[in-house]
Amino acid sequence: MYDFTFHRPTTVRQAAGLLARNPEAKLLAGGHSLLPVMKQRLAQPSALIDLSLIDGLDTIEQKGRAVVIGAMARHADVAKSPVVIAAMPGLASVPGSVGDPQVRNRGTIGGSIANNDPNADYPAAVLGLGATIITNKRRIAADDFFQGMYTTALEDGEIIVKVSFPVAKKAAYEKFKHPASGFALVGVFVSKRGSDIRVAVTGAGSNGVFRVKSFEEALKKRFAAKSLEGMSIPATGMNADIHASAEYRAHLVGVLARRAVAKATA
Amino acid sequence: MPAVSMTVNGKPVSGEVEARTLLVQFLRENLRLTGTHVGCDTSQCGACVVHINGIAAKSCTTLALQCEGATITTIEGLAAADGTLHPMQEAFRDNHGLQCGYCTPGMIMSALDIVRRNGNELDEHTIREQLDGNICRCTGYHNIVKAIAAGAKTMAR
Ligand SMILES: Cc1cc2nc3c(=O)[nH]c(=O)nc-3n(C[C@H](O)[C@H](O)[C@H](O)COP(=O)(O)OP(=O)(O)OC[C@H]3O[C@@H](n4cnc5c(N)ncnc54)[C@H](O)[C@@H]3O)c2cc1C
Ligand code: FES
Ligand code: FES
Repeated sequence: MYDFTFHRPTTVRQAAGLLARNPEAKLLAGGHSLLPVMKQRLAQPSALIDLSLIDGLDTIEQKGRAVVIGAMARHADVAKSPVVIAAMPGLASVPGSVGDPQVRNRGTIGGSIANNDPNADYPAAVLGLGATIITNKRRIAADDFFQGMYTTALEDGEIIVKVSFPVAKKAAYEKFKHPASGFALVGVFVSKRGSDIRVAVTGAGSNGVFRVKSFEEALKKRFAAKSLEGMSIPATGMNADIHASAEYRAHLVGVLARRAVAKATA
Repeated sequence: MPAVSMTVNGKPVSGEVEARTLLVQFLRENLRLTGTHVGCDTSQCGACVVHINGIAAKSCTTLALQCEGATITTIEGLAAADGTLHPMQEAFRDNHGLQCGYCTPGMIMSALDIVRRNGNELDEHTIREQLDGNICRCTGYHNIVKAIAAGAKTMAR
């Protein structure tokens, strides 16, 4: 790992100031994506700005018809949060399925979403519920936020402060876990909130998380696993690697979507 | 170089480190607490697990400076001052829960975190699932699982 300077601001405003003064700086949340990448010398930030001393960045609360999760909320805390479990057990299961217990003890929702790893779990839930990402500058709709592998709408100097998830009556996540890495080989999040139906897929697409409009249309007629019977998506644009071919990933999207809808309607 | 101070196994410690110094390096090289191991250095094996403010974490994926002011417990901090082993350590010994012993410190620190999160009555499935982040190269999982179940029970007494 290349060396860097280390900063521990106590307010979001201070963190933003540090970012502005250090153009090559990076924010540090749980460090469980950034530090491994720095060890491989694939990233060389001049400074790390640790967000862990900022008060109130890790709150989890119900606000009206939304569950609002602070950027520094750790995966383990969201997974067992009574607020999240009461509102949407399907959402709690997403951080609950991440990596292993020690990773869940450190990793955060803000870091996961900002990183936008194409195999990460949270992006599926954020897109699959139509959440809003609240930064120190603005509110960004999930549909505009994820912009391809490791790419988001975040601009220089922008800090995720919290993520607001509208409460959906029906919501569930199904993940085909890569047995070694724990990441999603494919993961599908489905939700139904009134007439708003979403199917979001992580792990499969070579351009990161995406929605499956054909599945959403079919589920609009009836939100049941049966509505997706025999449906699949084309293999073009799917990831292919030693773990799974594009065709297999496309196949899994159909299978996991049906399982997720079955879970959401059980 | 930046200074760092924290409480390790009940004692206040401090030192000068590079910003990039990992917690595990600080523990092993500065403090000479070599019970915490590095198996992979890629966040996967769990040999380096310690408790940061009571919560299990991989010390190879944590900077020493992130632990400024924190309370750290390592495997060296478990036994009593007179050398009496912690019940979880004793259970690993009684159940032959180690072979070469390389993974053992991480296994035991993780086992205590499993007890913290899941209580003292642990079934085999829970233990195996919760050991997802710990790899035993000697693959002695059967006895590790038995040891954790037994250790957890004794801890309740
Ligand atoms: C062994 C292992 C297994 C894993 N398995 C999974 C898995 O199964 N599924 C999964 O989804 N993930 C997995 N992860 C990744 C894990 O969830 C990470 O913790 C997470 O992706 C990043 O969160 P972090 O808090 O660690 O972020 P960091 O590593 O601290 O930061 C990641 C990036 O986000 C930026 N960032 C952080 N916070 C903010 C913020 N508030 N605003 C703007 N930018 C910010 C940082 O600058 C950095 O670029 C795994 C990681 C490991 C080490
Ligand atoms: S050395 Fe830290 S997880 Fe392997
Ligand atoms: S006892 Fe040898 S690695 Fe586990």
